[in-house]
Amino acid sequence: MLNMPARRTDGAGPARPASGPDLEALLGRILPLVWVAALLLAIAFPLMAMLGRAFLAADGGFVGLAHFAEVAGSPGLVRAALNSFAVSAAATLVVVPLAFGFAFALTRTATWGRGVFRQVALLPLLAPSLMPAISLVYLFGNQGLLKDWVGGSVYGFWGVLAGEVFYTFPHAFLILATALAASDARLAEAARVLGAGPVRRFFSVTLPAARYGLVSAALVVFTLVVTDFGVPKVVGGDFNVLAVEAFKQVIGQQNFERGAVVGLMLLVPALLTFGVERRLARRQAAALSARAVPFAPSRRRGVDLAAFAGLTLVSFAIVSLLAVGVAASLLAYWPYDLSFTLAHYDFSGVDGGGWSAYVNSLTLATASALVGAPLVFLGAYWTEKLKAAAGVAPVLRAFALLPMAVPGLVLGLGYVFFFNHPANPLRGLYGGMALMAVCTVAHFYTTAHLTAATALKQLDAEFEAVAASLKVPFWVTLYRVTLPVCTPALIDVARFFFVSAMTTVSALIFLYSPDSSVAAVALVTMDDAGDTAAAAAMATLIVATSAAVSLALSALEGAVSRRKARWKSR
Amino acid sequence: MTLNTLAAAVGLALAATAAQAATLTVYTALEADQIKPYKEAFEKANPDVELRFVRESTGIITAKLLSEKNNPKADVVWGLAATSLQVLADQGMLQPYAPKSLASITPAFRDRANPPRWVGMDVWAATICFNTVEAAKKGLPKPQSWMDLTRPVYKDQIVMPHPASSGTGFLDVSAWLQMFGDKKGWDYMDKLHVNMAQYVHSGSKPCKMAAAGEYPIGISFEYRGAQLKEKGAPIDLVFPKEGLGWDLEATAIVKGTKQLAAAQRLADFAASRPAMELYEKNYAVLAMPGVAKPNPLLPANYEKQLVKNDFTWAARHRDAILKEWSRRYESKAEAK
Repeated sequence: MLNMPARRTDGAGPARPASGPDLEALLGRILPLVWVAALLLAIAFPLMAMLGRAFLAADGGFVGLAHFAEVAGSPGLVRAALNSFAVSAAATLVVVPLAFGFAFALTRTATWGRGVFRQVALLPLLAPSLMPAISLVYLFGNQGLLKDWVGGSVYGFWGVLAGEVFYTFPHAFLILATALAASDARLAEAARVLGAGPVRRFFSVTLPAARYGLVSAALVVFTLVVTDFGVPKVVGGDFNVLAVEAFKQVIGQQNFERGAVVGLMLLVPALLTFGVERRLARRQAAALSARAVPFAPSRRRGVDLAAFAGLTLVSFAIVSLLAVGVAASLLAYWPYDLSFTLAHYDFSGVDGGGWSAYVNSLTLATASALVGAPLVFLGAYWTEKLKAAAGVAPVLRAFALLPMAVPGLVLGLGYVFFFNHPANPLRGLYGGMALMAVCTVAHFYTTAHLTAATALKQLDAEFEAVAASLKVPFWVTLYRVTLPVCTPALIDVARFFFVSAMTTVSALIFLYSPDSSVAAVALVTMDDAGDTAAAAAMATLIVATSAAVSLALSALEGAVSRRKARWKSR
Repeated sequence: MTLNTLAAAVGLALAATAAQAATLTVYTALEADQIKPYKEAFEKANPDVELRFVRESTGIITAKLLSEKNNPKADVVWGLAATSLQVLADQGMLQPYAPKSLASITPAFRDRANPPRWVGMDVWAATICFNTVEAAKKGLPKPQSWMDLTRPVYKDQIVMPHPASSGTGFLDVSAWLQMFGDKKGWDYMDKLHVNMAQYVHSGSKPCKMAAAGEYPIGISFEYRGAQLKEKGAPIDLVFPKEGLGWDLEATAIVKGTKQLAAAQRLADFAASRPAMELYEKNYAVLAMPGVAKPNPLLPANYEKQLVKNDFTWAARHRDAILKEWSRRYESKAEAK
């Protein structure tokens, strides 16, 4: 009995500082580590599992480089690697100048309808990569509308190239538009005063200022093409590429060891480009001065007309490739019966799961957005704002960038090896929607993190400083100040997750079970069975859904931003 | 919701699951548009058993079953090539079982062992889908035989399924090798390869491509050909005169299933007369004699045109055949 009060004091002991800064310090150390652990589990461990599998025999014994030797000795795989390299290099050479021209016309001329053109350039982001490929078959296939325009067959190198150009264009465009918008008008002005003509100014000022953007865009395009398998799957014909080969080995022949080796072959170029890209990003940031003056284009009728013509041409190509896909889903029986029908939207007689796959996609996209956005936002908050986390923040920041280096296909393979391993306690998750959502959030983590971090960086650090001096714990500041101000960025991240989850195939193709098939994966299955019109119908549903949700969230973001602006002016 | 009502709800849900009894995982390579009526018929006759289908093409289902050998996920295989099931039987992966109606199944259409490890359902066989509209435009004569397909006039006009992924593709290759002999069989495929535009993933796709005029000639099978022709596709079905390669769709119980009783009921159903009457809607030659009716789209002597097919031989050599095929022709294979 005598001991009781003493014990009570002991029990209360650790609780007292809990309300003070000690708990904050503790949380500051723990929370970022929880995020690091989550990223380890969702990214690093699966990759290591894949790495391990590449060196092990099917029964678990170590075989060193035997699988690699086998791959090097099989002419099919070597050819696939060469094909991958060739088509990626070609796509880079086409997309980068094209996207540069587009971005240049939008940022450096005063031409008409720039807002509309910008949106059109981003349209391909709403579609899975199989969709342009299907459209290409309808346009240039053996029964294609414009078959006579092309000399040879659409199946093969040229078809893949065209599809990849469409698929990667917005990615290159976004990078280049940012790079061009960020360059300093004072330099161009100085060159002009010094007597440099427009051509000289372009090559000595504009191009060098955008060179990091150019290299970065080239690397992104190259990696996207190397690891995409949607386009080559549909229009590849006999043109085999590595991404399809990984798929063929694992799904088609259940040869996991060979799949792991091919996965590693895909990871290497991605990691290399990632390393180069990060180096460049650091140098580019240093190259921008705080006193830079943004470039404001003035009306020059000839230039603006030329820009308008160019923008229209590219936009027309983008819109028609999408429109053909939509039209293909509405025609009764191409090319013999062109009457209108909605029959292809009844997916009951075809593979892939039909409407339930579509509903699964909606669930997955919503879950990825609702879970991913807060998760990413908090992660970014720990790295950017939480003073107590300063020690661990660099580690978390590095881990947040890692997913960008891992192509979806490779991540999906890693999940097969890690989460389907008999010894893994999380094995029950395999084949379920939860793991697919985890994979999707992990796959797209970096872009989302950078968006959130940028928004957070724009907030004055004074908020935290004042809060700290007032002894207000960080979660109160986060909830009362940071979160309301950053709501538009949060919505933006949610939209990004939603659309990405709707359109991605590469990682999920290895993870779904018959009950959890998703729309984009169903596209692959339908095309495999030759049900092209049904595949076009599913692609149309995906595009329509991504577009509708994007528009709705943009409207919401606009409304919130306006409220935020009112709050600012008060 | 209070904790109590929540608990009650969970309890109810659990009770409901218990009453529903068994769910069987069924691996199949049946066509997607055939599964629904088969599933409904079985579940109507067996309301306490629910079927959960995993459908992939023959090669993928076979690879999946082999890779899950030590930890099988399927309870029953309903509708997979007998050649593939024989491969699994050779590996000791199938549970022998004599379904109730075994006595009325044609002996050639079941496993020779007793009790059998697999029992046939129906025969599906090679058929060429020939698009008459596109052929007329291109001036292509209608082929009459497998040998005709090697004529230079058909260069880049033919598509066929990939034998590793498609059962229809494999039965073609297997039949050519059994029909022409090893050396002449490969010589034939070398020549055919020259004319081949694409090897595609599934057995249906070549006929769908022919029906859409994407390529005028698709090596496929009779069900898809007849179904597309009925829908109005401008195709003729060609039954090459050397004979038709074929395989059996068959049923087997996976050894180690935790639901043996329910699995046996499915095996009983799959070999029963009501099931055969369903298969009859899709196929002309059934494992149970006396059910089939003449099909106007197929020749009267259809069954006689089927070549001699030795499942044991095909199963033993499947791996080697696919390896050799891949070595020779892989450069023209489509994805997967």
